[in-house]
Amino acid sequence: MDLKTLTYIIVGLSFALYIGVAIWSRASSTGEFYVAGGGVHPVVNGMATGADWMSAASFISMAGLIAFLGYGGSVYLMGWTGGYVLLAMLLAPYLRKYGKFTVPEFIGDRYYSSAARLVAVVCLIFISFTYVAGQMRGVGIVFSRFLEVEIVTGLLVGMGLVFFYAVLGGMKGITYTQVAQYCVLITAYTIPAIFIALQLTGNPIPQLAFGSTMADGSGYMLDRLNQVVTDLGFAAYTEGNKSMIDIFAITFALMVGTAGLPHVIVRFFTVPKVRDARSSAGWALVFIALLYTVAPAVGAMSRLNLTNTIQTGEVGSPEGNLSYEQRPEWMKRWETTGLLKFKDLNGDGRIQYYNDKNKAFAEKAASFGWKGNELAVDRDIMVLANPEIAKLPNWVIALVAAGGIAAALSTAAGLLLVISSSISHDLLKGTLTPDISEKQELMAGRIAAAVAVCIAGYLGYNPPGFVAQVVAFAFGLAASSLFPVIIMGIFSKTVNREGAIAGMLTGLFFTFGYILYFKGIFITPMAENIPANWLFGISPEGIGTVGMVLNFIVAFAVSKVTAPPPKEVQELIEHIRLPQGAGTAQAH
Amino acid sequence: MKDYNISTDSDANAKDYWQASIRLIFTCLAIWFVVSYGFGILFHDALNAIQIGGFKLGFWFAQNGSIYVFVALIFWYASRMNKIDRDHGVHED
Repeated sequence: MDLKTLTYIIVGLSFALYIGVAIWSRASSTGEFYVAGGGVHPVVNGMATGADWMSAASFISMAGLIAFLGYGGSVYLMGWTGGYVLLAMLLAPYLRKYGKFTVPEFIGDRYYSSAARLVAVVCLIFISFTYVAGQMRGVGIVFSRFLEVEIVTGLLVGMGLVFFYAVLGGMKGITYTQVAQYCVLITAYTIPAIFIALQLTGNPIPQLAFGSTMADGSGYMLDRLNQVVTDLGFAAYTEGNKSMIDIFAITFALMVGTAGLPHVIVRFFTVPKVRDARSSAGWALVFIALLYTVAPAVGAMSRLNLTNTIQTGEVGSPEGNLSYEQRPEWMKRWETTGLLKFKDLNGDGRIQYYNDKNKAFAEKAASFGWKGNELAVDRDIMVLANPEIAKLPNWVIALVAAGGIAAALSTAAGLLLVISSSISHDLLKGTLTPDISEKQELMAGRIAAAVAVCIAGYLGYNPPGFVAQVVAFAFGLAASSLFPVIIMGIFSKTVNREGAIAGMLTGLFFTFGYILYFKGIFITPMAENIPANWLFGISPEGIGTVGMVLNFIVAFAVSKVTAPPPKEVQELIEHIRLPQGAGTAQAH
Repeated sequence: MKDYNISTDSDANAKDYWQASIRLIFTCLAIWFVVSYGFGILFHDALNAIQIGGFKLGFWFAQNGSIYVFVALIFWYASRMNKIDRDHGVHED
């Protein structure tokens, strides 16, 4: 059977599964819509959280980023897992005890202020839309590449599906669909990795394979990889090529940002007990780690395979490079998407792929008759092209397509739900129209989810500049605005309304401003985005760390000179610190 | 296990419980910091001098090792915390 038919069958089957699960688990009350009635088993919740968390970026982009960054890619691995330690210990159990539906609701109650709640809603909506647009984009790319349909068609199908189960099922529908999606995506990620690990090293476990010796007897894989990339003028794979302070700051911003992302936090509102919230974070990380510990192996193996495909012989000998005429099928297919580009600069009909920005090596290359790097490979294609590069059977390639779609849809659904609940619950019920009935609120939530799906689809089709900066914006803003106020809300009894609002706004404006200053989104950049211009040498991706520190300082300073929180709030803090007596999540 | 009289000792008990929780959190976060920021970043170059199998140690901690420690750390925290809950009589039914 040809690849296209197989892909249609496998993707079609996965969709049928999601729809079946969604019908079986539809929501009937606001409690079920917002937090699945608070009755989800911690292991199930952990698995759903894993799918919710692992987005198109984790599935499609991350291993490719690591492949090209080597050690520098560690920021994503540590950053996007280490945040769960913070969640498990600092947030999840206490917010579960608090027992309401949304993150802005906690902020509004703890800081006895609807202004604080509104600031939180604005942060949440901006973060979530930035993030969801990237997911829809991912769905579109997978559809157009593997099912060979227009990007718009892909988007519409994805939107229709998310609409169906997020709008009907709410949190309950999403949770159980995400469990199914987790199974699809983890299978799709690990099967090709196991095959490739076997091919290269004879060891089927990817986590061990990239520390094993090569099957062809050329020594340890990572040593071999260091050798082949440095031979072409690239930095050694296992060594750092970014400044230490920037790696530190980015990792920290990603960790804290993870713990501050509303669609992740709200997952822990769905389990029955405080005790379950703690263990559920552990289970979530187990399921996430299954992919995240494989990703660096995929990165290393795909970099090695890619380099060996192009540099077939000795560096510098005319026959050492792949002839363009003999390039493999997968290169032709990806060339049509524009994500892989070849330009024969020296007109020898062969592909030279090397680091022409390395001055010393570029001079050496010139002596071979090379006139610059001739191949541009988009990092996003590494995971998707990986099974083709390794010449795996067609059903594996089809499975990867289904996995990529599962990863994008599960994250999109989780994000759409927090957007809709912040509108129906925080904005309408909590602030503007407090008199609506539960039924009306549920309807408002469904309408908000439907509108959000449409906006997300539009942003995915026509992505504004800020969508490409998900890492800087979503994580930076979550780290600098939401995370500190939640932490202070639990661990400090002195931080008050004035302090929290001032802190949130400081973190928000500082981080937002810094990113705009260098990235020039909405405006022209005011300075070149290079290390020499950065504050303390910290890139826009890592600046959320500084924003967070400022938020803490401002909040404590302002709280010191203004009136302390009232007695009821002190009691609320005492109450959330003790696990005893956590009921299921309640409306007011 | 201590038996607290809810009405008279509850404030002192809650304070005790909170301090025990904070101590545990600090211990866990210290380990969290050392394996990721310590081994994976600050001492990455030094640890790379040590090679175990095909892995340079600093690189391994940054890309794989720290994640394993994070998982173990959360479960260890959850079980210690359950014990602290029970010891202070504030556990859920």
